[in-house]
Amino acid sequence: MKAFAQLLDSLVYQPQRNGKLRLITAYMRETGDPDRGIALAALTGNLSFKHAKAGLIRGLAEARVDPHLFRLSYDYVGDLAETVALIWPARHGANRAPELAEVVAGLEAASKTEQPRLIEGWLDALDADGRWALIKLMTGALRIGVSARLAKTAVAAIGGVEPDEIELVWPGLSPPYTELFAWLEGKGEKPSGIARAQFRPVMLAHAIEDCDLETLQPADYAAEWKWDGIRVQAISDHGEMRLYSRTGEDISGAFPDVVDFLPAETAIDGELLVFREGEPTTFNELQQRLNRKTVTARMLRDYPAGIRAYDLLQQGEDDLRPLPFRERRARLEALLATPRERFDLSPLVPVTTWHDMQKLRGAPPSPAVEGLMLKRWDSSYLPGRVKGEWFKWKRDPHLVDAVLMYAQRGHGKRSSFYSDYTFGVWKGDELVPVGKAYFGFTDEELKQIDRFVRNHTEAKFGPVREVTHTGETGLVLEVAFEGLQRSPRHKSGVAMRFPRINRLRWDKPPRDADRIETLEAMLA
Amino acid sequence: MTKAETLLRTTPAGLYCPAGDFHVDPVRPVARAVITHGHSDHARAGHGAVLATKETLAIMGARYGEAFTENPQAVAYGDAVTVNGVTVRLVPAGHVLGSAQAVVEQSGARVVVSGDYKRRRDPTCASFEPVPCDVFITEATFGLPVFRHPPDRDEIGKLLHSLKTFPERCHLVGAYALGKAQRVIALLREAGYAEPIYLHGAMQRLCDLYVAHGVDLGDLRPAADHMKTPLLRKVFEGAIVMAPPSALNDLWSRRLGDVVTCFASGWMRVRARARQRLVELPLIVSDHADWDELTATAQELSPRQLWVTHGEEEALVHWANTNGLHAQALHLVGYDEEGEGEPAAPPPVEAGA
Repeated sequence: MKAFAQLLDSLVYQPQRNGKLRLITAYMRETGDPDRGIALAALTGNLSFKHAKAGLIRGLAEARVDPHLFRLSYDYVGDLAETVALIWPARHGANRAPELAEVVAGLEAASKTEQPRLIEGWLDALDADGRWALIKLMTGALRIGVSARLAKTAVAAIGGVEPDEIELVWPGLSPPYTELFAWLEGKGEKPSGIARAQFRPVMLAHAIEDCDLETLQPADYAAEWKWDGIRVQAISDHGEMRLYSRTGEDISGAFPDVVDFLPAETAIDGELLVFREGEPTTFNELQQRLNRKTVTARMLRDYPAGIRAYDLLQQGEDDLRPLPFRERRARLEALLATPRERFDLSPLVPVTTWHDMQKLRGAPPSPAVEGLMLKRWDSSYLPGRVKGEWFKWKRDPHLVDAVLMYAQRGHGKRSSFYSDYTFGVWKGDELVPVGKAYFGFTDEELKQIDRFVRNHTEAKFGPVREVTHTGETGLVLEVAFEGLQRSPRHKSGVAMRFPRINRLRWDKPPRDADRIETLEAMLA
Repeated sequence: MTKAETLLRTTPAGLYCPAGDFHVDPVRPVARAVITHGHSDHARAGHGAVLATKETLAIMGARYGEAFTENPQAVAYGDAVTVNGVTVRLVPAGHVLGSAQAVVEQSGARVVVSGDYKRRRDPTCASFEPVPCDVFITEATFGLPVFRHPPDRDEIGKLLHSLKTFPERCHLVGAYALGKAQRVIALLREAGYAEPIYLHGAMQRLCDLYVAHGVDLGDLRPAADHMKTPLLRKVFEGAIVMAPPSALNDLWSRRLGDVVTCFASGWMRVRARARQRLVELPLIVSDHADWDELTATAQELSPRQLWVTHGEEEALVHWANTNGLHAQALHLVGYDEEGEGEPAAPPPVEAGA
C-alpha cells in the first residue's frame, strides 16, 4: 500500500506528462504481480467494489468526528478521500498497514456487514497519505490527473510497444492483467480476443480551434456533418445485439426499435437520432428517450429512433479498425447501399477550400446538424482523442449576457474555489435562473470570480452561496451555449444545452444583462 | 464598569473602538489605527495615526515609504498606551517579526484582538503570549479539522532530501515575502544548511530588514546577479532560490532552468491547492495557528466570548459552541483569505532576456 500511496502522491504533484509516464512505468517495473495489476486497474478505472462506496467511508468518518465539522471540511476540501484522510483522528498502537493485494482480497471476501470494521482497521493503521490512497482505491475515483490512456501508455513502455497495441488487446483483459505484463516483459504470448459483443473504445475528435486550420491540407480530409444526437456503437455479434453509448454504457434496453434492425455481424459507429419521415430531428426530440431503462410503446411510436452511420469497425471476423478511414468508409457504403430500416449513411460533404467549408458550416442543410467533422482519409480507428486525425468544427455557439446568482464550491482540481455558477436573465424586474456552468473560464478568472463571490455573499444555503445580484451590483457573465429548450422544471421555462462561461463582463452593469425575451425569441 | 462586549464593534472599515475612537487593522484609511502586523491586508497605508510595534512600523515604512502615515507611534511589547481613556497594549502573537495581539482595556473589561497568530516556535519572531480576557477575537484561517500542520522540521527535511535526490535541479521555493521566507531560511540554517540562498528581487528588502532586526539568515545573495548568462546561471543547479508565490510560474522562474517548484504554505496540506499552483514539492509550513492550536488556545483562555474573524469561522464557532464556549463570527470583509497574501511583486525586468 505504501508504494501505491507514494505513486499516487507523486503523480498528483507531477505536472508534466512525461514525468507522470516515468513514475508509472517505474512503479510497474518495480512492483510485482498482482499489486501492479491492481494499481493499473485503479488507474484505468477498472476496479470496483460493491460495498465500499463513498457513503460507507463518509459514515465511518462521521462516527469519529463531529458530522457538522466533517461536512464543512468536505465542502472545503472538495474530495472525500482527502477529507477523510486528513480529518481521521490518529489512534496509536493500531495494526500494521495492509498491502494492496490484501486490501483487494479483503474487500472481496468480506461481507457487507464485515466491511466497515475491516476498513476502519486499515484507516487506523495507515498514515494520512495511505488513508487517502486506500479510499481512492476503494471508491474508484482517483482524480489524480492520469487518464486511462496515459496509464496504458506507461505500461506500453515496459515492453517497448505502441500504446495502441495495448488499446486493441485491452477489451479482452481483466485485472490483475498478469498475461499483459507477461507479454510486455517477454515472458508470454500477446493476449488476444475480444469478448462477444464487446464495446470498442471510441475514437474522438479535437476541436478545430485547437489547431491551425491553414496547416491542414483539404485533400487529406473527408468531411461529414456532425449530427446532433448521441454518439453510439451498435454491435451484432453471433446473434448478440448491443447498443452502447460513447462511454461504453449498454443502452440496448432503451432502444429495442433500433437494436431489432442491427445489420448482422457488424460493429457500427454512428449517431443515434429521432427520425421523422426519414429526416433526423434535433437533440430535443431524442432527449425524450434518453436516461430511461425501458421504453413505452407510445414513446416508440412518437419518437422513433435510428442510427446515422459514421464508421464500420467490425465486419464478420474482420477487425476493420486498423484500416484507413477510406477503406472502412467504402465498406460502410457498400453495407448500407440498399435502404434499411432504422440505419442510414451519414453523407460525405465534398471538401473544397477551408473558406468554402466555413460557409457551409454556417448554413447546414438540417437543424439537426451541429457542425462539421473532418477525418483524415488515412486515419485508423484509434481509441481516444488522437492528435491530428479527426476534428470537430462546431457551429458558432449562441451567446447571452447573464447575471451570476448563486455559486457553489467545485470538486477535484477546482476544489475549495467557488466554481459552479447559477446565472439568470431579467424577467420583468427580477432575475430568473436559466442555467448552470462550471467551466469555460481560466484559472485566473476563477480566482477573480471566487473573490467576488466571497465578498458579495448575501446568504449561505449549505455549500451554496447566494451572490449579490441587483441591477447595480453583480457580476455579468457572457454565457455560450449550443441550444435551448423549453423546460417546465426551470422557473424561467427554458434550459440551455452545454452552457459555459465565455467571458467575464466586469464592465457591464447587471441591469444591462439580457432579458428572458431574448431567449424566448431563440426558441421560436 | 464597561462591558467588554461594547469595547469593540465591527464597521465597514474593520474593528472599531468607539470609546478610544480607533480602529484595529482597518481596511480603509482612518484617523487612528492600531496595526497588529505588517501583512498588507492588515497594514494599509494612509491612516492619520498608526500605533504598532517598531518592527511593524519599519515593515510598513519599507513597503509604503516613510510617509505611509503622518503620525507613527511605536510601542514596545508589554507597554501600555492610553488612547482617549482606553488602554492599548501590544503582546507578541508569534506570527511574523513584530506581530502583536492588541489588548484593549477599559475599567476592568478586556478584549484581545489576536491578529494572525501561531503557537509553535519560530526563530524569527517572539512567541505568542496568552492573555486572559473577557473577549478573545481570534483568526480562523485554518479553522477546519483537516488542517493539522506537521512539525516544520519534517517539512524542511523534505526540502533537504529533495536537494540530495535532485542535486542538479534548482529548488525554487515560493514563500510570502514577509515572514514565511525568512522563517524558511532560518529553519534551513538551523537544520545545518550553510550554502548561499538566492533571493528574488521582491524578497531582498524584507530579508535585509529582518537581518537589521537581529535575525540571522546566513549567506543570502540576489538571484539577479546570476541571471544574465547561462554560465552564471550554473550556480542555481542544486541551489535554493526563494521567490514570492506570484513568481513561481512566470517567465522569470523559467530562466532558472530545470526547477523543482516548492511552495511553503499551510494550504499545501490540501493536494488540490498544491496542484492548482503546479507545485511539485509542497512544504506545509504556516505562520497561522492550525486547528489544534486554534482550539487549544480558545480552551486555554476560555474567554467569556470568542469572536471569530477571517477564515473558516463557521467551523470554529460550531466547535466552540459545542465545547462549552460562547462564540460568534464577525463578518469582516477585506482580509485576504490566504491571510498571508502579498501584493503580487512584478518580476524584475532585465533587458535581453
